[in-house]
Amino acid sequence: MNLLLCGVNHQTAPVALREKLACLIPDVGAAYDHLQTWPQISESLLYTTCNRVELMCVTEAPEEAAAQIREFFARHPEVAPTDLDESFYIHRDQAAVQHFFRVASSLDSLVVGEPQILGQVKQAYRDAVEHRATGPILNRLVHKAFSVAKRVRGETGIGDHAVSVSYAAVTLAKKIFGDLAGKNVLLLGAGEMAELALEHLKGQGAGKITVANRTLERGVRLARRFGGEAVSLEELPDQLLTVDILISSTGAGDFLISRDQVKGVMRRRKQRPLFLIDIAVPRDLDPGINDLDNVYLYNIDDLKEVVEQGWERRRHEATKAERLVAAETLKFLNWLETLAVYPTIIDLRDKAEAICQAELKKTLNQLGPLTPAQRQALEVLTASITRKLLHDPIIFLKRNRRPKNPHQELNLVRRLFNLDRDRNGNASEEN
Amino acid sequence: MNHLFLYLALAAYFGATGLWLAYFLAQRETYHRAGAWVMAGGLAVHTLALIQRAIFAGSLVAATFGEALLLLGWALAAAFLLLIWRYPIKVLGVLVAPLAALMVSGALLLPPVSGPVSPLLQGFWLTAHICLTLTGYAALALAGLGGVLYLIQERQIKGKQFGFFYRRLPSLSQLDTLNYWCLTIGFPLLTGGIITGSLYAQHALGRFFSWDPKEILTLIAWLIYAVLLHERLAVGWRGRRAALLAICGFLVLVCTFVGANLWLTGYHSFAGFIQKP
Repeated sequence: MNLLLCGVNHQTAPVALREKLACLIPDVGAAYDHLQTWPQISESLLYTTCNRVELMCVTEAPEEAAAQIREFFARHPEVAPTDLDESFYIHRDQAAVQHFFRVASSLDSLVVGEPQILGQVKQAYRDAVEHRATGPILNRLVHKAFSVAKRVRGETGIGDHAVSVSYAAVTLAKKIFGDLAGKNVLLLGAGEMAELALEHLKGQGAGKITVANRTLERGVRLARRFGGEAVSLEELPDQLLTVDILISSTGAGDFLISRDQVKGVMRRRKQRPLFLIDIAVPRDLDPGINDLDNVYLYNIDDLKEVVEQGWERRRHEATKAERLVAAETLKFLNWLETLAVYPTIIDLRDKAEAICQAELKKTLNQLGPLTPAQRQALEVLTASITRKLLHDPIIFLKRNRRPKNPHQELNLVRRLFNLDRDRNGNASEEN
Repeated sequence: MNHLFLYLALAAYFGATGLWLAYFLAQRETYHRAGAWVMAGGLAVHTLALIQRAIFAGSLVAATFGEALLLLGWALAAAFLLLIWRYPIKVLGVLVAPLAALMVSGALLLPPVSGPVSPLLQGFWLTAHICLTLTGYAALALAGLGGVLYLIQERQIKGKQFGFFYRRLPSLSQLDTLNYWCLTIGFPLLTGGIITGSLYAQHALGRFFSWDPKEILTLIAWLIYAVLLHERLAVGWRGRRAALLAICGFLVLVCTFVGANLWLTGYHSFAGFIQKP
């Protein structure tokens, strides 16, 4: 039995190819129906994220299965088989488990540590379960992957550091205000980055949102989107009294707010902290403002610096996470190996049970009528003798002292107890 | 007298110091929780030690510098545990636990001064004076230590350096709130301590104020805190200036407590409290 993981990801395939392959998935039902017609594959899990299309499966014939999966990927009419030559990868056993754990822990993502990926894998797993595509091995693998992802998130700070400018603004605001609930935000001018930051702030429970724009119409539209109000640029000085976080992105050319203006306002604000974010180029806000007490001014370069450091921290944390994944991979493989002995253990127990029943029947016939208590005593006797006799061979199997060649001991036990002949139905021992 | 309880308390405070240091470096919540429990255990045995002493001496004693240190260390540990229970500024433990440990070790290292305590130093008003002053010191010490953390964190944010401290210290607003709370609790206590002290002085010595170095320094500290509290409430001072003033006040208090007792002489210094045979 082997584990096989095949697919393409952002490192091997361009987005155009990934898109086409992802088209195979929307109809998950059809995909699983197709997969289930192949006898070589006993369990499968198909998942796509924005950066990958992958299939994880359990198979007895890895070579054949890999070839078939490749054909399955190439089924798409617009995918030429040569497209897959360079981008299609096949991981087996240890590599497959490790790759799957890395995907779930967001170590294999474009943005290392992004939290969405685990949700996508969970959804894919739900679909697979619905179509009865998974079995005992993949079920355990997937649950293990979830717990690995949780540990990676909890024990390494991989998701803690902002890696986008808009989110960096939010983490900074939190270091200044502690709690963002009820903090008023003023958007000065509009722009993609400013709107993203506003969205993040709103997600953190920010209070009143105000938009001041040169063209009032656009301001009104934006304000409506965020449930705030629009004001004209002339009202800016008054707004400075009530606002806590200001995001400026007009790029007007001159400073919209001067140092002295803010200085005067701070007195009237009773020194409540003010966080100014200037993401405009050229800058909107006088850099001297940062010298004032309780005022914190950040421009786009400062925020980029935060992001750069966030990346560095994430890379650093990722190495810790990789160690964790490697250790968990080995643990899972150990479990997988013990799995191989279970059919033999079951065969052993079945054989013992069959002998017991046959011998009991013979003896009971010879003894004549017995009381139910006597009969039960005999049954218990035979059952406990066989159980105790089998105890040591079973422990011997489970321990598996030769990890390099696990099948050697397995075969020995099978031969010792003549299990394979039994299975073929050739002979039972009683005569 | 048996110092067993004090050594246990000392061990606990050092243990808590280690745990909070580990929390500060590794940022694991379990270290913080363990630190708080160990500190609480230390406070419990510290309390036992104080009770043992009080029973031995017949009243609450703060006649020597060592005894005053013991009481102050106790007040600091208690005030801090109360604080983090209601308002978790966890990293403050890194500063408070070693300070408490230092105070207890100081008390143990100082040579014991023997001799009967002057009868002048007993009675309700004096006990009230000691309790109010020392608990006030403890609360204001927390404000000062919080101020140090504030200045470090503010420097990181203003200077746009996001290093070691930036990640580990709490937000500026939390640290500023700590300053405000400790001030509003510590200032009335200190005021009460000064009032009871001068009333007792009037009763015992016949004058409210003796121009003793300790009294003058305390008055300076009181004025600093009064200005800070007034400006906070009236003008809305906060942040860096509030932190700086809290640190100034704290330093003056340290001078009052340590300096006035060790280097300056005056009737208020502990050396004069023990009757010479």
